[in-house]
Amino acid sequence: MAFIEVTDLSVDFPLYHGSARSLKKTVFAAASGRLGKDNQHRVVVRALRDISFTLNSGDRLGLIGRNGAGKTTLLRTIGGIYEPTFGRICVDGSINTLLDPNLGMNPDLTGRENIMLRGLYLGLPQGQIRQLEEDVQDFAELGEFLDLPIRFYSSGMLIRLGFALATSISPQVLLMDEWFMAGDAQFMSKARGRLESMVRGAEVLVLSSHLMAVVEAWCTRVIWMERGRVIADGPAKEVINQYLHGPQPDEDGEIRPKVPPAKIETAPKIEMAPTVDHAAVAHGDVEEEAVEAVEALCAVAPPDDTEG
Amino acid sequence: MEYRPGTMDMPYETALLAPPPSRLEVDAKTSPLRRHALALRDITDGLKLWRLGATLGWLDIKLKYRGSVLGPFWLTISTAVMIAAMGTLYSVLFHMELHGYLPFLALSLVSWNAIGGLVGDACTTFTGAEGTIRATRMPFSVHAMRVVVRTGIQLAHNFPVILGVFAYFHTWPGLVALRAIPALGLWTVDAFAACFLLGALCARFRDIPPIVGSIMQIAFFVTPIVWRPEQLGTKGWWLPLNPFDSLLEIVRAPMLGLHAGWHTYLYAIGYSAILVLGSATMFARVRSRLAFWL
Repeated sequence: MAFIEVTDLSVDFPLYHGSARSLKKTVFAAASGRLGKDNQHRVVVRALRDISFTLNSGDRLGLIGRNGAGKTTLLRTIGGIYEPTFGRICVDGSINTLLDPNLGMNPDLTGRENIMLRGLYLGLPQGQIRQLEEDVQDFAELGEFLDLPIRFYSSGMLIRLGFALATSISPQVLLMDEWFMAGDAQFMSKARGRLESMVRGAEVLVLSSHLMAVVEAWCTRVIWMERGRVIADGPAKEVINQYLHGPQPDEDGEIRPKVPPAKIETAPKIEMAPTVDHAAVAHGDVEEEAVEAVEALCAVAPPDDTEG
Repeated sequence: MEYRPGTMDMPYETALLAPPPSRLEVDAKTSPLRRHALALRDITDGLKLWRLGATLGWLDIKLKYRGSVLGPFWLTISTAVMIAAMGTLYSVLFHMELHGYLPFLALSLVSWNAIGGLVGDACTTFTGAEGTIRATRMPFSVHAMRVVVRTGIQLAHNFPVILGVFAYFHTWPGLVALRAIPALGLWTVDAFAACFLLGALCARFRDIPPIVGSIMQIAFFVTPIVWRPEQLGTKGWWLPLNPFDSLLEIVRAPMLGLHAGWHTYLYAIGYSAILVLGSATMFARVRSRLAFWL
């Protein structure tokens, strides 16, 4: 029986921005006795804070919250890609992490070669790799493109390949980010059937999404996250309702009871105001999650200063 | 189009393949002993995925020469040309007979190409695999294996040049050459260690690769590669201080039909032990942080 156990989980992201990362700075700082100061200057984004939950076989957990709430980081941590700074995680059962459509594929290799690498990663014997290849080939309908480097693929073809590859493996624990649903308009109806059969086949599902309809249909339990913290945890309908219509949390992740509901209705517009320049940050070679986390830090929460 | 869930009446298409059951336990609180155990586990898990590591290395080579007629045999040709050119020039400069000098130079240069190539590639062991590391959990040792296999394939492509030189000068080394095999085994261990050590260091400090590059350039000149150690005479007392000297000699000497002295083996094993220990300590320490540095 598969299960996930997360206990007091916290994840910190070190941001080695610009020259702080360089050896020169570290050596000079050490030589001039300023290492301590330098350490303090190191920006650490607390991407996840004190998260605890247990999922047993049959549980379907949905993660909701704004961009930068830490949903993807939590999925990556459960999947064993990031290791926690505090707390512990135990996942029993085979894991499949579907986090980005590229699945770490090499753009210079052909579709076929990328499928083979995936098969080898899963430890499949030669025969099953061929089976995997045929399965993906049938589903993705790439034809001769399968023997071309995937950098020549259109974005639609790339998603088809990634989707086919990801859904051809049936894990016990499925960790899924929302891109599967986001690109859904481009998929044929059979794509949905295939995804749903995989979701049903998994014993434990953790799904991160902005699409409340999907979360409500697929999940039995929902965790609402903001700024790396759990705001609410409970039955799907209840938490979604609270997220959409209830009071919003403030900077400390506390829900203010005194704000009248009428004012909150207008709140979402204000909350979006300050944003991080994605392009600028991305050029600085910063983690995607870090960008999310920074956005979370920049987002203003108190919704009460609009109408004076 | 908005997604409408709940249409679960689609034809039930079961996925074909199920990965084997596994268990993942990660605790932020780790004792040094446990950190080493986890690092060791990473390596054993990676060795189980040897087919993946080997394929990744092979595909790297294939990719580099995709579309070229001769493919990786360009390596063979360029090495052959370089050895022929340097051999004729330096035999005149050093007043040495080509018959004795060229086999030495060919072996030294081919070996050094492998060492220098590996050290350079080791720096990008983890930074080069950023996409994969952040997409799925995979033993870090797979990436090290990829680099080692890649270098091994390049070395193998240069081997015909050595055979060509032996054939041309009739300087077949005889059975002593078999002694190079355990030495190459030691090289493989060192190569893995270098990948872990430099790969992790270079992921954290992005200034390391250029530093390593210039160190290797200096090392090329202070290591007996184009010149023979005998040429230094009594002034060569410092040669054992150069780790590359003994490591090179344990492979080169048998291939030239000579016996490397026991002290050479001792130095080679000693330097390797230091490298492996340093690398193991480093990897055990930073393994859990590596994904954050990329």
